Amino acid sequence: MILHPAISSLPAWRYRPGLPVALSLVLFVLLLGLAFFPGLFTSLDPLLADPTQTLRAPSAQHWFGTDHLGRDLYARCVYGAALSLQATAIAVVIALLAGTLLGGIAGWFGGAADRVLAVLVEVLMAIPALLLAMAIVTALGFGTLEIAIAVGLSSVAVFARLARGEVLRWRSRVFVEAAQVVGVGSWTNLCRHVLPHAAGPLLALAALEFASAVLAVSALSFLGFGAPPPQPEWGLLIAEGRNYMVAAWWYTTLPGLVVAGVVLATQQLGRGLQRLQGEHP
Amino acid sequence: MSTPLVRIRQFGVEYPGAAQAAVQGLDLDIAAGEIVCLVGESGSGKSTTAAALAGLLPEAAQQHGQLWFKGQALDSLDERAWRQRRGRLVGFVPQDPGTSLDPVKTIGAQVVEAMTVHGMPLAQARPRALELLRDVGLKAPETLLARYPHQLSGGMCQRVLIAIALANDPPLLIADEPTSALDVSVQRQILDRLQQLVRERGSSLLLITHDLAVALDRADRILVMRHGRLLESGTPAQLWHAPAHPYTRQLLQASPLARLQQRRVAPALSRELPLLQVTSLNRRFDKRGAAAVDGVSFSLQRGTTTSLVGESGSGKSTTARIILALERASSGSVRFDGLEVLGAGRRQLHGYRRRVQLVYQNPYAALDPRQDLLAIVSEPLRAFGIGQRRDHRARVLALLERVGLPGDLLHRRPAQLSGGQRQRVAIARALAAEPELLVLDEPLSALDAPVQAQVLDLLQRLQEKLGLTYLFISHDLATVRGISDQVLVMSQGRLVDQGPTEEVFGRPGSDYTRRLLEDMPGRLVPEAEVQTRAVNL
Amino acid sequence: MHTSAFWRLAQALLVLWAAFSLSFAILYALPGDPVGILLAQGGEPGTADPAQVAELRARYHLDGSLWQQYGGALWRLLHLDLGVSLQTGKPVAAALAAALPATLALAFAALLIAVPLGIGVALAAHQVRRRPLQAALHNAPALVVSLPTFWVGLLLLQLFSFRLHWLPAMGDHGLASLVLPAVTLALPCAAMIAQVLGRSIASVSQQPFVQALRSKGVGRWSLLWRHILHNASIPLLSLTGTLLGNLLAGAVVTETVFSRDGVGRLAQAAVASQDIAVVQGVVLLAAALYVLTNLLTDLLYPLLDPRIRQGSRP
Repeated sequence: MILHPAISSLPAWRYRPGLPVALSLVLFVLLLGLAFFPGLFTSLDPLLADPTQTLRAPSAQHWFGTDHLGRDLYARCVYGAALSLQATAIAVVIALLAGTLLGGIAGWFGGAADRVLAVLVEVLMAIPALLLAMAIVTALGFGTLEIAIAVGLSSVAVFARLARGEVLRWRSRVFVEAAQVVGVGSWTNLCRHVLPHAAGPLLALAALEFASAVLAVSALSFLGFGAPPPQPEWGLLIAEGRNYMVAAWWYTTLPGLVVAGVVLATQQLGRGLQRLQGEHP
Repeated sequence: MSTPLVRIRQFGVEYPGAAQAAVQGLDLDIAAGEIVCLVGESGSGKSTTAAALAGLLPEAAQQHGQLWFKGQALDSLDERAWRQRRGRLVGFVPQDPGTSLDPVKTIGAQVVEAMTVHGMPLAQARPRALELLRDVGLKAPETLLARYPHQLSGGMCQRVLIAIALANDPPLLIADEPTSALDVSVQRQILDRLQQLVRERGSSLLLITHDLAVALDRADRILVMRHGRLLESGTPAQLWHAPAHPYTRQLLQASPLARLQQRRVAPALSRELPLLQVTSLNRRFDKRGAAAVDGVSFSLQRGTTTSLVGESGSGKSTTARIILALERASSGSVRFDGLEVLGAGRRQLHGYRRRVQLVYQNPYAALDPRQDLLAIVSEPLRAFGIGQRRDHRARVLALLERVGLPGDLLHRRPAQLSGGQRQRVAIARALAAEPELLVLDEPLSALDAPVQAQVLDLLQRLQEKLGLTYLFISHDLATVRGISDQVLVMSQGRLVDQGPTEEVFGRPGSDYTRRLLEDMPGRLVPEAEVQTRAVNL
Repeated sequence: MHTSAFWRLAQALLVLWAAFSLSFAILYALPGDPVGILLAQGGEPGTADPAQVAELRARYHLDGSLWQQYGGALWRLLHLDLGVSLQTGKPVAAALAAALPATLALAFAALLIAVPLGIGVALAAHQVRRRPLQAALHNAPALVVSLPTFWVGLLLLQLFSFRLHWLPAMGDHGLASLVLPAVTLALPCAAMIAQVLGRSIASVSQQPFVQALRSKGVGRWSLLWRHILHNASIPLLSLTGTLLGNLLAGAVVTETVFSRDGVGRLAQAAVASQDIAVVQGVVLLAAALYVLTNLLTDLLYPLLDPRIRQGSRP
């Protein structure tokens, strides 16, 4: 029933978890398949060079064409997914766990813990995530796992802020106090009435952060801080193509399209999750 | 009254996707200079009707039927044509004054804008803005011009909005629940002023309200709507003496006006010790500010109902929260059946909580939206360790039955229930703890009028059956008269009046209570009529 | 009013100090020996002369306990001394100062593109009624945000430099060479502005006062210009610091793609050679930029929002 018909003078953007989210979900499942079972998606070897087949344009045999050493770019993209997506997943898990713990503690206990977190979050916001990740990589050294840790730590602040906000938002709700009135203890109350509500938005943010972590991981890899050259990391793949831009447009373009597609799909998924949260206030 | 100012014929509004039309088959005339009240509960279509007349329906709305204004068809106007007519043809006073003014523009700019958008030169609009602000009863309008909305009270904002609505002297003024967000005393002043201004200018007024008492006081004609249909229309006297539609009769019975006529049969005076004894309670939130609760003392006898009445900010809620041990007191004492509640230990408090329960104002906010009724109502059983775990289901079913809910709702969630059902669930949860004292924090104010009567009825029956003691918190004196044995009136943290109900109503001990009684809507219906009416009920 | 300004300043200094401490903890306290790396790069791994190591440690202030190093570094920072680059042996502050003008020019050019573009897209998405166009305007920012910046840069290069030969590909020669990098850097920022402003406009449009304004006859355009935009721009202000930070971070990628000199390229090279003093210098520069921007926007808030001006929140 529409109680205030006149207030919504704009076309109502009512959310239906429609086609885009369904497509994104399919694509996302497909990506997980890529990351864990690359062999299912291509029979070609990503590291096998073929000097007779250098810099070939995309064809039925080489879907994405070949690189300067004659390696199949599609196979390299598929195997690169394993490296890049695993790194992304590690990064998101680190950020989610550390952020939720920090934010949850600050929100629930308040006081000094909250003030310390406030400064920490402010600092983490003050340093752009990419620069912070670069600093961490400087200290840790180069490699796929190192990138993953760096990206994860540099996005802790976002999760900590949300977790704190959610805990604060739900703990002040009337039904939480109502549970206190009917004799529910404070820890039970936190677990039964606060955390289940906070979990949804945090998971939705994790899906959104997955998208930006893919970008961050590939950017660091592009800058040359990831795995060393024969490895087919997505960022590195594109960086290698830089030298052949005139002769082979596909070398940078197609792997980049794959990255963009992955980011877009996970972003849609995260948005969809977030809106589903919004439907249950 | 040859041709009416507004003529609506077979008018309907539908929203795509909604099961039911918001308005259907509406016929309505408003004569020049007439005050018409549109009464109905939320979702009755009264606000949609108002929005259609002001040209403010959302784009998604599909309207059909005829809408004539001074002989001109409104339903065929496009957005551009409407823009020139809004404010000139129809002035609109919105519902919530606190959020209906642009927060970043000055009052002066917003009043002036109402005239300049319709082509009045600035030099003319400025002095007229001053005059308008004076007309709506604002003092020192010169200084108000440079103020921002957040610096004004809700009542002042509503006066500014009335000034804006009147700025172009529209022949019709629509006021959509203009006072529902305001305190009772402010409500009366605003409505008085609105009525006076409309009469002076000879404009018509369409007043939308959920409160039949307000309509009876002010209208030349009252229209009752429900589920998008017009049920009945007539003068206040006709409606009062001979309501044709059963729903109107129900509304009349449910209105605080009718409740005003109920008298409580005083229970036998008990000589026992009081169940709850509050002595010189004080609460200060900060050292410099005034006390939120200032020297409050009273006692509750077992099995009686005591009403704590006051406007928002009077300290009534804080007092209740201190009694419930949800808020600390600065000093004073709260004794419950021999136990000192303030400063009680954790175990003692846990035991105390079981005996004193609370029902909140807004049942939707007070129920966890993720839980079903079984989980919600059994929560006190689990927390206080009442009964065996496997018996909880049976106990919950019995509790639901006791509050008049069918057992097949057991696995529903709050969002799937109506407002009245939710409040019943909240009452069932409170009863699950088997309390002796039930604190009811405005338990009716979030409900529609007929539902209010049902919940009130349920509370009375439960009290008779279970011997409960009630502390009933309310801002509305009319509601409490029929149900209370004792009335406490709070203002600015102090108890200004307290005593047996009839004593407080008959011989109010303070000016404040007297004013509250005068500000009650429905006071204009003659006392004699009220009494004959009460007999008929 | 004075005390609140004082506290705001103290808070800003606290954040700067915390940024210094955090970057110090990351770069110096974690395992990894910068001097070892330096010597290894010199060519003879494992054969370092102890005396040479000690001399290097002293030169780069890497001798003594961690706390002594920290105290020394903090003391030098108070004198605006950011230490010495391990690679070049020159002061970090001087290197930053030399690289800054090029990056500032790039960032300024990017802002000149991003701000009008972002605001324009947000406004158009609100005003346009034709379905396909409206949907496109609503979704464009999300699409742009999900494109890797370095890839966009490479695509632009490929199209406008190598295919069409309209613009120079690399280096830093005049305005023409600034166009592609500036566009690359501006796109994600414009998308961010459009997203935040779009959301803000949508939520302001739902406020009751918009309805009240319509009821007095205010038209769509003046409603947007005079009322909605003013209210909706307030949350945008709090974004400024993050936006500038993103520009700096974006400069790392953009300058690398287009082989331009600047702070970003400096940072990339420093990380590649594990030159921790320079990395810390860039991090501190970014933090200082953020803190300073937020101080400035705090001064701007009261101009936009009268509720803050009177110092009384509702």
